[in-house]
Amino acid sequence: MAQFLTLAEAIEASVRDGDTVAMEGFTHLIPHAAGHEVIRQKRRRLTLVRMTPDLIYDQLIGMGCAKKLVFSWGGNPGVGSLHRLRDAVEHDWPRPLELEEHSHAAMANAYEAAAAGLPCAIFRGYRGAELARVNPNIKFIACPFTGEQLACVPAHKLDCAIIHAQKANRQGDVLIEGIIGVQKEAVLAAARSVVTVEEIVDHFGRVSPNACILPGWMLGAIALVPGGAHPSYAHGYYPRDNVFYKAWDRISRERDGFLTWMDEHVFRSGPEAFARYAARAA
Amino acid sequence: MATPEYTANEMMTVVAARALESRDVCFVGIGAPSAACNLARLTHAPDIVLIYESGTIATRPEVLPLSIGDGELCETALTTVSVVEMFRYWLQGGRITKGFLGGAQIDRFANLNTTVIGDYGKPRVRLPGGGGAPEIATSCGEIFIIMQQTRRSFVRKLDFITSLGHGDGGDDRARHGVATKGPTRVMTDLCVLEPEPVHKELWVTSIHPGVTREQIAEQTGWPVRFAADATETPAPTAEELEVLRALHARTAAAHGDDDQSEAA
Repeated sequence: MAQFLTLAEAIEASVRDGDTVAMEGFTHLIPHAAGHEVIRQKRRRLTLVRMTPDLIYDQLIGMGCAKKLVFSWGGNPGVGSLHRLRDAVEHDWPRPLELEEHSHAAMANAYEAAAAGLPCAIFRGYRGAELARVNPNIKFIACPFTGEQLACVPAHKLDCAIIHAQKANRQGDVLIEGIIGVQKEAVLAAARSVVTVEEIVDHFGRVSPNACILPGWMLGAIALVPGGAHPSYAHGYYPRDNVFYKAWDRISRERDGFLTWMDEHVFRSGPEAFARYAARAA
Repeated sequence: MATPEYTANEMMTVVAARALESRDVCFVGIGAPSAACNLARLTHAPDIVLIYESGTIATRPEVLPLSIGDGELCETALTTVSVVEMFRYWLQGGRITKGFLGGAQIDRFANLNTTVIGDYGKPRVRLPGGGGAPEIATSCGEIFIIMQQTRRSFVRKLDFITSLGHGDGGDDRARHGVATKGPTRVMTDLCVLEPEPVHKELWVTSIHPGVTREQIAEQTGWPVRFAADATETPAPTAEELEVLRALHARTAAAHGDDDQSEAA
């Protein structure tokens, strides 16, 4: 049953050193505030899973929280490289980072398989692609009915999934609207979960009977963090801060500049600082 | 009538847009493909279905997205599905006629690298990675590639094969169990290349106005050949340029800066 906690309490209770954690959001509803909390609480040796690791994973990697990254596209969308990710891979700074690299199709299928309680995912993929040579977790099996060779990857079984959503109601159910990505699958793939939300309401009101709602009885912790997806966006609340995504290229390029920014905006700050991004759109 | 002035990037986008038809269902990537697909939609292909991998189906954005999942795509889409559904039912299910790809490196058989420069285990440059490309390359009916043509990007040998083009040439795709056509056109700022029918090596079929064969050879890392019937690409029309520039101007205004134009 979902518990309403502060963000600090939610991360304290849900993320442990050495965990396999996914903070998901396909360019939308990325849980930035929660990621900052993980950095503030100095979690270490995390295996970070995510299709499109962007700025928040760049920050976690640059602050030394991660030992391994499982991913399919690691860049700053529309801008270029993630400099902290590159520095870790190319120069082992601040520590070596192990990579397990997949395609988007493989990652999406691996989340779905874990949500469905299966040990692996099967799909038509990786034909002629060299990732199959360098990633031992990519295998091929024959369909027992047709003999077709299909790609097979392990399910993304997670210790903890962290997502951001628009609304929770007082019973702890969560509503996600817009580009829903793989968040539902990630939460269902995880033993523990943290959901940050823009607001907590008495009732969701009129929503489609097919709306994406995560029932409270399958969730772990819920924390109210308005603006918590900034600089990504929350459909219906505030837009993507494209200017910040571009600025990150400069902020993160050198180690010193990055550490100064993190000190000011993460260690000397808290989740309440995100509220101004929610307020700006209101 | 005077020929309108245009940039090499505008030529590249226009030639890609012309390759699309109203009946196409198109898997769009960010950047030049997105500009080309929306230019086609706003000119000769009004009914083209544009799909972005974030799950937005039949989207009609007013401005070009900076990321694959901008709110604009979802707000103007017919429907938005989960990313799992996108890759399983729509892409793997064989419902996409044309997919766009690009990369840091391409070889003579249109295989692409967006993964690393140097050795995979100890890369000189770690690139973002393949994203959707490995399965887009094999599941879409055919593939169009848009890339700037330089000696650094059009290489003799890829550092890493992120996505399959025509493999080692000939019927190599079939040997990998792939039945789709693969790359049928590579559209650059200099010319259009297509796989020649037998060995599937890329050769030049159309040269953009003002570009010489020597320039193309200079910017290609293998001894590039020209089809016997290679023609000159028709220059962008005034209408194509007007619609494309208006799209870029709206995009720049919406994103609050002026460096959105791919011509920049």
